[in-house]
Amino acid sequence: MRSRFGVVVSRMDDGRAAEPDHDFARPVSLPPPDGLAGLLHQLCTDTAQALSACGVGMSVMTADGVHGFAAASDPATARIEELQFTFGEGPCIDAFAYSRPVLMPNLDASAANRWPVYTPAVTDAGVRAVFAFPLQVGAARLGVLDVFRDRPGSLSRAELGQALASAERAVTALLDGQERTIDGTDGLDGAFDRSAALFQAQGMVMVQLGVSLAEALVRIRAHAYATGRPLHIVTADIVSRRLRLDQHSADGSS
Amino acid sequence: MSTVSAERLARIFVEVADTMVDEFDLIEFLQMLADRTAGLLDGSTVGLMLADPKGRLRFMAASDETTGLLELFQSQGSDGPCLDAFRTGEPVVNADLRIATSRWPRFAPVAASIGFRSVHAFPLRLRQEVIGSMGVFGTETGDIGGTDVQIVQALADVAAIGLLQHRTISRSEALTEQLQGALNSRIVIEQAKGAVAQAHDITIDAAFTRLRAYARSNNRRLSDVAHLAVTDLGSLQGLAGF
Repeated sequence: MRSRFGVVVSRMDDGRAAEPDHDFARPVSLPPPDGLAGLLHQLCTDTAQALSACGVGMSVMTADGVHGFAAASDPATARIEELQFTFGEGPCIDAFAYSRPVLMPNLDASAANRWPVYTPAVTDAGVRAVFAFPLQVGAARLGVLDVFRDRPGSLSRAELGQALASAERAVTALLDGQERTIDGTDGLDGAFDRSAALFQAQGMVMVQLGVSLAEALVRIRAHAYATGRPLHIVTADIVSRRLRLDQHSADGSS
Repeated sequence: MSTVSAERLARIFVEVADTMVDEFDLIEFLQMLADRTAGLLDGSTVGLMLADPKGRLRFMAASDETTGLLELFQSQGSDGPCLDAFRTGEPVVNADLRIATSRWPRFAPVAASIGFRSVHAFPLRLRQEVIGSMGVFGTETGDIGGTDVQIVQALADVAAIGLLQHRTISRSEALTEQLQGALNSRIVIEQAKGAVAQAHDITIDAAFTRLRAYARSNNRRLSDVAHLAVTDLGSLQGLAGF
């Protein structure tokens, strides 16, 4: 089944820690490198290079346990990325659940304490540090971006900034989908314009349309794109009640 | 502020210093700091900004976040007393807005149009590290005297110590994780304002007032109530009555 983001998703196990599966010979099929998938793959590769990481992976997730592979810098990392779902635990899952990054510069005893099955498995795969960043806009949670390194050590402030920037680009790409990712020059702002009005408009549209918050984000951006109007203008119209997205005409009349 | 009892002041300091609690919530803490400081300085509005990993000041909490004030706080990313205090690590005191336009071309006109006449900003600092700043805006000029400046800076210093303790005692990544979590919580609060405003057919500001009153009355964190408002509005029983 395909999620709205066009990636294949599968339901996660019921949460019990599975037997560790060391059969990494089973190949993980990666989506073809074009469109959104290609962009996300490139994002993982670029981020891995910028952060001197042995791999960067990305997964899409929902609050009720559905998850799907989104992208990875390489096949080995794709398998490492899957480990958190195999075992139902890990810094990546925690980052998504608690809506904040989980930064583990050293997979030591405290990591083994928190994630007793995941930690040895990911360590066996050569990983010594994991930095997990939720992909989210407020309460709209899309997934997680995971940075793996083969040596212990913190991310520098610059590297942290780059990782957060990559997470923001991933969110924007996931929200905009296939249509606008190929050249990226549509002039649409990233999903993280800092104004309060944008986020207020998201909440309003969510209620107007009776959809999820993530869907509301997509619909606002789609409206801006379709009408050729800047996002901040559309946002201002929504917040001032000049524009309702549950009515068919752009001027708000039904 | 000279009429504030020493006992009350002492209680506030203890409250601000108490950051090593299990379920520490950065937004709740900064909200408390803003409220207490505003309470000490009658007629002032207090806002708190923290720096993100890229060194940009981000609005976190205020004693009053009606829409115009929110925009004022956010505008301080480009210029304003909070940015000055953050960059220099020194307080900005008793700046007269009427003559501040060249100094703060974006901030000064907006602040003046809201009705503020004087502004002050205090860095949140520990030794060489400045992690943000606290802005104090008043409707009279020069309304903070020398002793009061020292007290407010001391409050800011205690808060900074408390926040940075997390970094040295637990893990150095703790403050980063908390800050990113709090920045996201701020977004959730704005999304919640919109959702409640739409659902109850009220203004954004009225929606915030309602959410905040509900949180206080039910002894819950604003962040948690906001999250529910966006994910499960029906679970907030009686919200419409606030």
